[in-house]
Amino acid sequence: MKIVLKNLTKVFEGRRKKDPDVTAVNNFNFEIPDGKLVALLGPSGCGKSTTLNLISGLEEPTSGQIFFDDEDVTNVPPENRGIGLVFQNYALYPHLTVLQNIIFPLQNLKGEERLSMDEMKRKAKDVAKLVQIEDLMDRRPKELSGGQQQRVAIARALIKNPRVLLLDEPLSNLDARLRLRTREEIRRIQRETGITTVFVTHDQEEAMSIADELILMENGVINQIGAPQTVYDEPANLFVAQFLGNPKINVLRGFVQNEKLIIRDEVFMEMKNTPDKDLFVAIRPEGFVIDENGTLTCNVRNIETTGRDTSIVATHDASLEENIRVIISSDEARGIEKGPIKFSYKENKMFLFELSGERILL
Amino acid sequence: MKKRIKAADVRGWLFLLPSLLFLAAFFIYPMVDVLVYSFEEQFNFASQTYTGVGFYNFNYVLHDPYFVQALKNTFILVIITVPVSTCIAILIARCISSIKKLREFYQTIYFLPYVTNTLALGLVFMILFKKTAYSDGMINLLINAFGGQSVDFIDGPYWAKILVMSIYTIWVVLPFKILILTSAMASVNEDYYKAAKIDGTSSARIFFKITLPMISPMIFYLVITGFIGAFKAYSDEVALFGTDLNGAGMNTLVGYIYDMLYGDSGGYPSYASAAALILFTIIFTITCINLTVSRKKAVY
Ligand SMILES: Nc1ncnc2c1ncn2[C@@H]1O[C@H](COP(=O)(O)OP(=O)(O)OP(=O)(O)O)[C@@H](O)[C@H]1O
Ligand SMILES: [Mg+2]
Repeated sequence: MKIVLKNLTKVFEGRRKKDPDVTAVNNFNFEIPDGKLVALLGPSGCGKSTTLNLISGLEEPTSGQIFFDDEDVTNVPPENRGIGLVFQNYALYPHLTVLQNIIFPLQNLKGEERLSMDEMKRKAKDVAKLVQIEDLMDRRPKELSGGQQQRVAIARALIKNPRVLLLDEPLSNLDARLRLRTREEIRRIQRETGITTVFVTHDQEEAMSIADELILMENGVINQIGAPQTVYDEPANLFVAQFLGNPKINVLRGFVQNEKLIIRDEVFMEMKNTPDKDLFVAIRPEGFVIDENGTLTCNVRNIETTGRDTSIVATHDASLEENIRVIISSDEARGIEKGPIKFSYKENKMFLFELSGERILL
Repeated sequence: MKKRIKAADVRGWLFLLPSLLFLAAFFIYPMVDVLVYSFEEQFNFASQTYTGVGFYNFNYVLHDPYFVQALKNTFILVIITVPVSTCIAILIARCISSIKKLREFYQTIYFLPYVTNTLALGLVFMILFKKTAYSDGMINLLINAFGGQSVDFIDGPYWAKILVMSIYTIWVVLPFKILILTSAMASVNEDYYKAAKIDGTSSARIFFKITLPMISPMIFYLVITGFIGAFKAYSDEVALFGTDLNGAGMNTLVGYIYDMLYGDSGGYPSYASAAALILFTIIFTITCINLTVSRKKAVY
């Protein structure tokens, strides 16, 4: 089932008169295709949880509409929307066993929908199998590891066969290794069930690896929507370029003069038909090429070889950050020494932005 | 290695020494003293002599009609007030938790009795319940208004006195319980309620299956301290029925002990000690039972 948000806005009013209002979600328009896993990505406080709560119905939008397929669910209460929600802290009931936790939603059903205990148990067994916790059914949440609790939470969210699965930072309480494994697990469960899934995270790597589609937001505004690789390769603005990629993209100040782009005192490239102005030049760490005829001279500070790749830490006066990080294959890096070095760049790894952050397309 | 641990042990005990001495002087010594007194027969306070050692004091106390009356009163008080006050406190705390506006205001109102003097509260209850030359008391006026007969709550039938005593005790213990329970409810993670809401859980089920289990440790705490407090009731009864509790037939165990020591018919430390030991045994047993039950029930 697809989810459509139309002009969705959520404003939290200040508690007192003088407190400013917070626009957590500002005029969202997007469509989540049926059966896809979409990641809501953005820094802390940008409105990811709020967006999720709007989709789930826990929060009411200030304006705008939400559609599940063609059905307008804007005013439908959460329990009737057919969603499953997994919380960051899992919110498993500590006094109930895993089995009791999983069938808790089923026990709320009344009248004709009500299942017999045997049916509930059978259903619980099915989802438990899906998330691989069949052996843990009689334990209590505190007797489980973080990853296992996570699975129980997913099982509980899935037991009513929801049309949409919503996950709010589901991995942030896990350690690094488990996070990696669990995110693959979530991906697998999503593929097997084919449920339209929204996954909230502030971790760009996590989002890139798990999602069919990224929705990148900042301060309640959508910056870019697209497949992870597309967004990475074609960032719409400086914020997106900086948010995706590890190590971060390198940003340098430059200016155009007489149709030439100059960084510090070097002519970096030709820019035909461009008026004189200041701008930002952003180059991904893997976008550098060591080249005697290169147009960017940096000063190598440090060289770390990690097997296949070599990471070079260099400085440049025009750089926004203290260091410039360059990653090249160890073969290419052979013989590099500390001191001045000339780079050229790969076309598809270099982007130009206005000072406002907007992308300049060549 | 072993030596080091020992040194640390010694240091620990040294740090504890002041409080241990304090405990010994003001807790252990009196306890032992009470134990000794309770077994000394025909103890004479003036000459500090006694005729024998045995169970005579216990036998006397257990057959003293005043003691039996006090035991009965105390038990009725405990059985009625602990469950009723806890349930009412849970209900009120639930209501306070669910309102948003004026929440602090209500919290303060409900907490007022706690900071008010027992005797002042007793006075209020007098106005409500006591028959005087001028008035039958507010409650009787109400009863009359509905066509009922006046009841003398303070000097009248036993059930009326028990009723007033129970209402009074519940009234006095409520604020603390409400305070504890409202903060316990406030500390339940909001996400549980969100999860329950998404699952379409009815508010009754949320209350019984989520809120109550989540605050159950606090409820057990209140029940245990409630039991202990009710067994030690005395001043409330004095505030309501005056100092001659035996005469009013409303004495409690602690009241009986006090009377045996200092009352008009007092001067019997042996009987008082025996009664105190019996009270101690009762409280100890019930607290043990409570703890066992709560350990079994509060599983997280
Ligand atoms: N109930 C609320 N009342 C007022 N403001 C709120 C409320 N909930 C969220 N906000 C504000 O809305 C903005 C977005 O909050 P939200 O919780 O959606 O952020 P987030 O992207 O989920 O952040 P995080 O990654 O830290 O969880 C924040 O500025 C926050 O302060
Ligand atoms: Mg959040």
